[in-house]
Formats: sequence, structure tokens, C-alpha cells
Amino acid sequence: MTETVSGPSVPGSQAGQRPETIKAIPVRHPWRWLSAVVVLGVAADIVYTIVTAPNLDWGVVGTYLFGRLIREGILVTLELTVLAMLIGVVLGAVMAVMRLSPNPVVSWVSWLYIWFFRGTPVLVQIFFWYNLNIVLPHIGIGIPGTSLNLQAGTNQLINPFLAATLGLGLNEAAYMAEIVRAGIISVEHGQTEAAQALGMTRLQVMRRIVLPQAMRVIIPPTGNETISMLKTSSLAFVAAVPELFTRSEQISSANFAVVELAIVASIWYLAMTSILTVGQYYLERYFARGSQRELPPTPWQRFKKILFTGHAPPPSAVEAAVSLPRAH
Amino acid sequence: MSVVPMVKAEAVHKSFGRLEVLRGIDLEVAPKEVMCMIGPSGSGKSTFLRCINHLEKIDAGRLSVDGELVGYRQRGNKLYELPDSEVCRKRSEIGMVFQRFNLFPHMTALGNIMEAPLMVKREKGATAEARARKLLDRVGLSDKVDCYPNQLSGGQQQRVAIARALAMEPKLMLFDEPTSALDPELVGEVLDVMRGLAKDGMTMVVVTHEMGFAREVGDSLVFMDSGVIVETGTPRDVLANPKHERTKAFLSKVL
Repeated sequence: MTETVSGPSVPGSQAGQRPETIKAIPVRHPWRWLSAVVVLGVAADIVYTIVTAPNLDWGVVGTYLFGRLIREGILVTLELTVLAMLIGVVLGAVMAVMRLSPNPVVSWVSWLYIWFFRGTPVLVQIFFWYNLNIVLPHIGIGIPGTSLNLQAGTNQLINPFLAATLGLGLNEAAYMAEIVRAGIISVEHGQTEAAQALGMTRLQVMRRIVLPQAMRVIIPPTGNETISMLKTSSLAFVAAVPELFTRSEQISSANFAVVELAIVASIWYLAMTSILTVGQYYLERYFARGSQRELPPTPWQRFKKILFTGHAPPPSAVEAAVSLPRAH
Repeated sequence: MSVVPMVKAEAVHKSFGRLEVLRGIDLEVAPKEVMCMIGPSGSGKSTFLRCINHLEKIDAGRLSVDGELVGYRQRGNKLYELPDSEVCRKRSEIGMVFQRFNLFPHMTALGNIMEAPLMVKREKGATAEARARKLLDRVGLSDKVDCYPNQLSGGQQQRVAIARALAMEPKLMLFDEPTSALDPELVGEVLDVMRGLAKDGMTMVVVTHEMGFAREVGDSLVFMDSGVIVETGTPRDVLANPKHERTKAFLSKVL
């Protein structure tokens, strides 16, 4: 007595026909709506409190936002960031390769460098370079026992800007070295073997095969470091470098609008980090080529998708690809 | 007739730490010969293959390719390690195909094939590209020139990998289980390419589990177990009438 129990009927499922697409009523999420309202309310209250603070003069913010001194400060901040990151990335890559070198002395020197520059505060390092002339009035290079000798006064050689650049850059190199090393290690060993089997030298394998693939792992934290550097560059304040924060400090010490000028500086820092975030996104997209069949949608494409379907697409596959091992 | 063997191994030993992986390998591969190596995993076949192009250093014995020692130079009765540049030059004359393809994922099929001729042989771009296109055509992938490896099936990837090795115009090709990572239906296309190579007179050492291929294409067959060669002969003989108990036991499981 086996009688087939017929379940709910499938509409439009005559023989050989595709049943109609499911249109179900979605589950309601009242708690999501409630928590959204609460969070928005609290946020709005905080913003309102600050914006309407009785002694906050938004006029001052407006006046100085595009002032000449501030604009010059922004330029110096950008110069500092770019130069320090350049030193950091180049020296960091060298240190990472040295760290992985089969030569124990070379590897050990790299370890020592990272130990020292990561173990002391960057503020102290800037301070050190800025005041180097106190203990070392002259710096020179030469070959002992010959007349080849170049000397210069430390003060002429290391001006405040250079002191800050060195302090920030050398410190950054220690962090970048670890980031680059992690990237290099993340590349499958079979890649190195395949390249070696073709007759490529150690350096060629590193430059042509390993580093380009390591980039996928290196880029996201490097973007972080750049954004961090943009803000950390305000420490150049102690070396009296006229960057954004120093400028806003100088202005506020004359007109006592301390908070207003801090807001001006913050607005610019936020604007610059926002631009960097977008840049980082496209850089990651570029280095993800070859690791996915299709490139992930750009934020604009995702935005359009949310508008038209009401659902956010799954998180960018770049992020997933970075953390997941590649499936062959 | 004293032809210089393409590969000559005498009492080759190799250990990883305390584990002795190769315990005295003696064999010769003549030019244009196709030698297949079979045996259970862990028997040392792949390790031996990797010793031939010095991806692994041997600990004892002598291993030479085309009459020259691998990794060393002998003067009097002393061995001198070869400098990196020499090791690279010798490797560039030996092609190798890996179980997991190991294509460079950030380069297109064409880029993968052109890389070594450009970097190692310092060839001109146009020359390298022309040869790369010809090789892709030879492995039947002329329509995949601009594809990245992850846009290709396993069989297609392995064929690109073979083309990549051939681009260096090697005198010897090493295959390390080239079809073991492939879906069964993709094995044939890779074996076809290898069959073509053998017909064109390429000297090949093939570590494989494809007994059919070994029987049909191989000139000689070596059965290895726990670091030694147990039995060797023509594929037909070894596969049909294995003399050794160990060989019989292995073949009864895989055939």
C-alpha cells in the first residue's frame, strides 16, 4: 500500500515546462528597522550637539578652510606623506628581501633594523633627526686614508623637512618590510620552482614572478599605511615643519580659535584620506587581475545594483580573494 | 656505439633530514628515449626527477645530464659547486612540467610562454611572441592566447605549461605526474600533446600513473619503490610479466 503523497502543487509545471519563477513574500525584520532608527537618532543627536555648540564659530571654520596658510600646509602634508611612503615602500621591500636572504648576515641586519625602528616611537625618531646636529655637527662620507672626503654641516644637510621625512620614512620601512615579507611568503612555492626550472635567476624570480603576485596581499595593508601616514605626518609638528596641523596650530595660537582650526584640519585630513581610500580600491582591483574570472563591481556599479534590486551584492570578491587561498 | 646518455644516474642518494628518499638510483636515458617512471607515492620518483634539474641537491652518487654533472664541476677528484648563473643556464636547457601546472596566474597564456625566452634568453619581443603563438597552436590553444590561467580548464592549463617549457627549446623534458591533477576527461588532451612530442624525438622522463600511456609511448619503464629501482625494462615486458613480487603487487592494484 504505497501511495504517493502529493505535496503542494507546482504552478505551471506541465510536462517539459519550466515552473514559474518563485515570488515569495520576504521575511519581515522589525528589529533591524528599530535598531536602525535608534542608531540614527543617537548619531543625529551627537552631530546636532557639536554643530550647535554655543561657543563654536563656524564662520571662522569657513574663513580658514581655504586660507592660503592652510593650503600651503596641505601641500607640505602631501609631500611628507608621499616621500615618507616612498622611502618606506622601497626600503621596506629591500629589507623584506634581505630578511629572506640565504645570507645569514644580511638577514640578521634586516632583523636588527626592523627591531630598532619598530621598537622606538616615531615621534622620538623625528625628534632625533631634528636634533642630530647637537651631537653631530658635521656629516660626511669619505674613504679612509684618501683625500676623498665630503663633509657638510648637519644643519644644512638635515633641515626640518628632511628630519621629518627621514623619521617617518625609516620608521615606515620597518613596518613595510613585514608587510612585504608576508606578501612574499604568501606566494605558493610552486611558482618559484616553475620559474627556477625555466632557468630564471633568484632576482628575476623575485621581480617578475613572486613580487607581482605578492602585491595582491601587500596592497591593502599598504593602503592602510598610506592613510595612516597622512595623519601621522602631523607629528612633523615637533620639527616645526609647516604642514597642515602645524599651520592650523600657528593660526589658532594667534586667534585662539583652537577648536575651529582643529575642525579645519580634520576636514582636510578626512577629505584626503577619502580620496586615498578610493585610489586604494582601484589599485586592488588592478592587482586582482588573473586571480578571479571576473573583476568585482566598482562601488558605482554596486550602488546602481542596490538602487535597482534593493539588495547589496555580496562583499567585494577582492577582499575575499585576499584572505582565501586561490583555488586551482 | 658510444652515445652520450641524456641522463645518467649512478648510485644517487638523497635524504630529507633523517628520511632517505633515494637510496642508490642507477639508470640511463638515451637521447630521444621516452622513459616512464611508476611506483607508489613516496617511492622517490618525483624527488629523482627534481634532482635532474637541480631543484633538489643530491647527497651522494653522480648525476649527469648530456655528459655534464648536475650542480657540480669535477676537477681532478674534487667537486666544485656550480655558481647560480651556471645552474640557471643548465636548467634553461631542461623543460619541466608539474603536477599542479604552476602557471604564472598574473600573466596571460602568451605571457607565460614568452617570459623565460625574454628573461633568460634575452630574446626580442617579436621573436618570442612568434614562437609562443606557434607553440600555442601546436598544443591546440591558438584561441586562448590572451586568457589568464584561471580562465582555462586544467587540461588547457597543463598544455600551456608544456608550451611554456618548450619555448626554451629544451633538450630534455621532465614530466612530474602531468595528468594526476586533471579530471579524467581532460587527461587525453594532455597525453595527446605528449605523444606528439615523443614522436618528434624529444627525450622525456615521465613520472606517471597512466599505464596505457607508458605502454604505448614509453621506450622504457622503471618501477620504483622506497627509494630504489625495483624493476626496469620495456613497458610491455614489465607491465605484462613483472618479475618482482613488489611490482606484481603494485600493478595488481593499479591495472
